[in-house]
Amino acid sequence: MISDESGVNQEKAGIRMTSREAESVGSEPIERVQLARHERRPYAMEIIERVFTQFVELHGDRRFRDDPAIVGGWAVFEERPVMVIAHQKGRHVRERQARNFGMPKPDGYRKALRLMLLASKFRRPIFTLIDTPGAFPGIDAEERGQAEAIAVNLREMARLESPIIVTVTGEGGSGGALAIGVGDVVLMMENSVYSVISPEGCSAILWKDSSRAPEAAAHLKITAEDLLALGVIDAVVPEPPGGAHLDWDLASDYLRTSWREALERIERMSPEELRAARYSKFRAMGRFEERL
Amino acid sequence: MAWFTRKEEKIGEPAPPEQRTVKTEGIFAKCENEDCGTTIYRKDLRANLSVCPQCGYHFRLSARDRLAMLFDNGEYEERDAGVAPTDPLGFVDKSPYRDRLIKSQRETGLLDAIIVGEGRLMGRSIVIAAMEFKFIGGSMGSVVGEKITRAIEHCIDERLPLVIVSCSGGARMQEGVLSLMQMAKISAALARLDDARLPFISLLTNPTTGGVTASFAMLGDLNIAEPGAIIGFAGARVIEQTIRQKLPKGFQRSEFLLEHGMLDAVVDRRELREFIASALLFTGPDP
Ligand SMILES: [Zn+2]
Repeated sequence: MISDESGVNQEKAGIRMTSREAESVGSEPIERVQLARHERRPYAMEIIERVFTQFVELHGDRRFRDDPAIVGGWAVFEERPVMVIAHQKGRHVRERQARNFGMPKPDGYRKALRLMLLASKFRRPIFTLIDTPGAFPGIDAEERGQAEAIAVNLREMARLESPIIVTVTGEGGSGGALAIGVGDVVLMMENSVYSVISPEGCSAILWKDSSRAPEAAAHLKITAEDLLALGVIDAVVPEPPGGAHLDWDLASDYLRTSWREALERIERMSPEELRAARYSKFRAMGRFEERL
Repeated sequence: MAWFTRKEEKIGEPAPPEQRTVKTEGIFAKCENEDCGTTIYRKDLRANLSVCPQCGYHFRLSARDRLAMLFDNGEYEERDAGVAPTDPLGFVDKSPYRDRLIKSQRETGLLDAIIVGEGRLMGRSIVIAAMEFKFIGGSMGSVVGEKITRAIEHCIDERLPLVIVSCSGGARMQEGVLSLMQMAKISAALARLDDARLPFISLLTNPTTGGVTASFAMLGDLNIAEPGAIIGFAGARVIEQTIRQKLPKGFQRSEFLLEHGMLDAVVDRRELREFIASALLFTGPDP
């Protein structure tokens, strides 16, 4: 068990907060950012092994390479065969580097699309788990079409024939997150964040000073409650008191419950109904006024 | 909806297009290409579609000038001109978003960073959307997303071809995650346009970066760019800071993308109308 290695169970026993203390945790948006990036936060594989059974990882984009910043494969969720696609961060120094801190290159997005198309062909539900600082900004990523890879995923996810359940589990870093984020039900864990730009990046650009990140985090409206209010997500998945990093098992239980409810809501819809509802869902996003 | 022509000025527009196109004042302009720097008679530059006659440098065009250049006789009917931005997050950085909007609206005579026009190109009916870089860096917020989505839906309803001229730094930070979601919204509409077998030509101009590149700008049946345009996902400065390496010469320019297989063609502005007309002959819809 990974949780034993990481000392999470000891922490669970020793440092568990009272519910009153827990209430104050993460009340400021920048604290949510810290929780979303917490080094003990459960990453995709830790969630997958708790919620799904028989996960079989599938590799590669059939074009260039296998990107370890995104994992995908089939699994069983409550007796249903499903496809799972997720950003994967590394737990220790070497793995962090190998997984490029959860920042995919175009190959990762293309692998994700390949697996989603496979699921769509056989009409299997798709679960995506989002946890990335963003798509990798690098020379090779640009050369191989980072923008194109993300764009194609957005267009193709809109017309997949499978039910799609999207969950932001940690950091929802802009286009690099959205590239696996178009779905029928979009959820956020309580202490996850989802943003058009990182608070640090926003602060550097708008204030010309990266120390204003806490203010930027507040203004950008990036918490789960904010996104629920803006109509961008459907529901918030609760976390254990103090945050998911304190109890991976309980955090996974909450996810399982939310996913079961979400899947039961959409799994009997026809591909046409799913696509029509998915279109309406994203079509309605945005705020503007009409002047004559 | 109103008809605009090349010469007509909309009330409330502070400056005629030629003064907004080129920075230098007076009757002469200086080429912005550092290696050229040629002094050009402004009337000649204008006649040459704001391309330096000496070195071929493409000056940036305003959205109005772009549409005037592409449509026959510069005539088009503007669509959804009344869609206006709000301040959904109550965003304040150094100055409030509301003030930035009002300032940009005054400077450009537009409500937001895009104009959608319907008219004819070499006789064929077409919808063309052009982005305005002077409006908060051509950034994409809810209005840009909504107007492009409506343009796509209109093309599907009327079976019309679509051209989008991108000129944008990406998603608009001041509308937060709502700007991000415009990427998904427009891309979903483009999936429907694709299902309807209608052509979308994406023209990328200097600059096209961030969330605009990572959504509709790279989803054309044809992706074409003007020469020398900066095109990419991440900004050059962010990449340099991340990888701590100098970037290769010509990185993220149109020609670099062409070489790496990301563009169908780099097309000189003076040949754009002919190129698009030729593309539509191939793709249809047949008139
Ligand atoms: Zn020149």
